[in-house]
Amino acid sequence: MLSFALTIGFALVGAAFALSFLRLLKGPDATDRILALDTLSINAIALLVLLGIHLASPLYFEVALLIALMGFVGTVALAKFLLRGDIIE
Amino acid sequence: MNIFVEILLSFLVLAGAAFTFIGSLGLYRLRDFYTRLHGPTKATTLGVGCLLVASATFFSQSGAGLSLHEILVTLFLFITAPISAHLLAKAALHRKLPALVPPPGEDCVTGIIRR
Repeated sequence: MLSFALTIGFALVGAAFALSFLRLLKGPDATDRILALDTLSINAIALLVLLGIHLASPLYFEVALLIALMGFVGTVALAKFLLRGDIIE
Repeated sequence: MNIFVEILLSFLVLAGAAFTFIGSLGLYRLRDFYTRLHGPTKATTLGVGCLLVASATFFSQSGAGLSLHEILVTLFLFITAPISAHLLAKAALHRKLPALVPPPGEDCVTGIIRR
């Protein structure tokens, strides 16, 4: 039963990836693209957690934590650049 | 694996994946930036939260003791999601993006101050 739920979960998160990527391509403004990149990193965390359950390996949390960290830093840096025209003032 | 644990795990995985999908669907479908900001920042953190609780349950019952380092990812996401949403909303207001409902302007602010 869990493997069936995991298959559906992989399909749903993959569809979420596709929708965020379409918004990344389409986004009318730069802020939409930054938001789509942030959502893509969160979707990557979800996919890695599902893969960790599927392979029964606790190795993937470090990767998920790193992606969370880098996604947050990237989002903040890009938003700060749009807001102030500079990142480190 | 205990059948109740497996039912709980399947439910958590399905709920988390469904919330993640709904968040990205909102990001794709909604019509202006300020409404699009709602989808990922609320539904996606709830979805990833459900998935991480499922993962903590799975690794706690499958092997060596209690597995708690998923809590770290959850805590980090719950702290950082409002901060990045706030910064993105500030950047969008700064760039004067078109909104479905116009944001409160100068007269609104001065009216509050005068009152």
